[in-house]
Amino acid sequence: MEIRRFLKNKVSFVGFFLVIIVIFLGIFSPWIAPYDPLEHHVINRFADPSWQHWGGTDRYGRDILSRTIWGSRVSLSVGFLATIVGAIGGTVLGLIAGYNRGRISNVIMWLTDVFMSFPTMVLAIIVVVAFGAGTRNVILAIGLAFTPRYIRLARGSTLAVAEQVYVEASKATGRSNWGIVSKHILPNVAGEIIVMSTLWIATAIRLEASLSFLGMGTQPPTPSWGMMIKEGMFHFIQAPWLSLVPGAGIFCATMGFNMLGDGIRDALDPKLRGRLT
Amino acid sequence: MLTFIIRRILSAIPTILVVISLVFFAVRGLGGDPAIAILGDRATPQALEAIRERLGLNEPLWKQYTSFLWRLAHGDLGRDLRTDIPVAKLFARAVPYTIDLAIWATVIGILIGVPTGVLAALKWNSPLDFIGRFVGILGFSFPTFYLSILLLFIFGLILGWFPMMGGGGDYSDLGNRAYHLFLPALSLGLIKAAFVMRLTRSSMLNVLHEDYVRTARSKGLKERVVIYKHALRNSLLPVVTMIGLYLAVTIGGSIEVEIVFNRPGIGKFLIGAIQERNYSVIQSGLVVLAVFIVLVNLITDLSYAFIDPRIKYD
Repeated sequence: MEIRRFLKNKVSFVGFFLVIIVIFLGIFSPWIAPYDPLEHHVINRFADPSWQHWGGTDRYGRDILSRTIWGSRVSLSVGFLATIVGAIGGTVLGLIAGYNRGRISNVIMWLTDVFMSFPTMVLAIIVVVAFGAGTRNVILAIGLAFTPRYIRLARGSTLAVAEQVYVEASKATGRSNWGIVSKHILPNVAGEIIVMSTLWIATAIRLEASLSFLGMGTQPPTPSWGMMIKEGMFHFIQAPWLSLVPGAGIFCATMGFNMLGDGIRDALDPKLRGRLT
Repeated sequence: MLTFIIRRILSAIPTILVVISLVFFAVRGLGGDPAIAILGDRATPQALEAIRERLGLNEPLWKQYTSFLWRLAHGDLGRDLRTDIPVAKLFARAVPYTIDLAIWATVIGILIGVPTGVLAALKWNSPLDFIGRFVGILGFSFPTFYLSILLLFIFGLILGWFPMMGGGGDYSDLGNRAYHLFLPALSLGLIKAAFVMRLTRSSMLNVLHEDYVRTARSKGLKERVVIYKHALRNSLLPVVTMIGLYLAVTIGGSIEVEIVFNRPGIGKFLIGAIQERNYSVIQSGLVVLAVFIVLVNLITDLSYAFIDPRIKYD
């Protein structure tokens, strides 16, 4: 039923298609990319797009299309890993805050409120200042910035599930708190967390591009879309493809995950059943 | 009402403290020796020692922390290590640029987002609605900096309608300032419009299914009255709330816009300082940005208490 509604939804189908393309390019980039993304050909600087170089070349003569294809690896790893960091940390803390309503819960929720009032971008910048630039730290920064959002989500679902009669029954049979959380609460909370994660992957990819654009993310020479756009920005008039091609990469990846996430959410949301198609 | 206001203001103080502490430990914590960061790793030991002495880095951490708080409490943000200008002075000049940008981006976002959202909801499931949904997701997916670059090059460079760089001087030349503000505000505003449109659309769709809308229709009111007087008014409340909550996000987005347009706001200063590892400016810049966001949230919350009488004052 859900799957049929999901497939009927054209938006999510297009999103699914885009995501598959980007993941395919990321996994098989060494075989798909026509050139070495790091190889300099100074003679061939700023070459226009041609049959040899579909996306043209940059100021070192590096092939833009190959760099963009390789760039999907950085974006995808940041997108998935940062979301996983945030989801695991946030779910654990959210389960604690939702199930154990005491002082710990109050402290967690107070800190969550504090951090929620700051945009993810600002939180990520603070973390990068502390740990330094680089892909690994960007994953950590975005993951930590996502954590309070996941805490909110996980706590909300936990509160709802913990009120259910079967949880009470389980408690009455003498099952431990850990047993109740892992057997009854987590499986019910996980669905929503996973659906939201599809949307957060898109946000993580966007944030990585922004941080790399600001010089705080992936460092050269590793190709990343945000940094390629930054480099290309200074040559926009003579060589617009320098930033347009990686821009298309960001566009496909973030649009894909957003459309997919939207579609899954609509398909699973019982309130929207039969309405939004 | 008064107790609500006082309590809300008091609750902002621990928030500010947490964030200031976070900034303090982030800047001091793990980024390596700040003295080496400032002078480079070929500096003489004497020079490094002198700068450590000046920054108070030889003191124990708790003492650095308390004196940092003490100076902040007295409004002392320190001095720019390179130019010796008080950092407070630099940011006093920068803050209005960021405020202008955030406010006008919000205005543009509302002016575009609300009517298109209403239209999409009224034409629900039509091609128009489909385009609206697509553009809405587009706004979520497009990095702000990329839209800024595209607008900058189309309208600034190729068409030459708007200036490429800068903030346009102080308020004595309002026209010039507005002229420099237009493209940055449009970049941020369009992203925001997508968000406002999605929200208005779903809020409006919810309200259109309410009983009182059916009642209004069945008692023979004109469709125009039903939509504008009954549906729209009620659907706007969640939109207004979210726009307020989204103000902080707008300030986060303004960092990227300021970098692309070389606009001398808080974000531009902060990123510049991070790139040249200008220790004192990074620390104060993050504090200024954080306090600024806390204040924006505070003002938003307080204004709701005035707008929506249903908010409980306890």
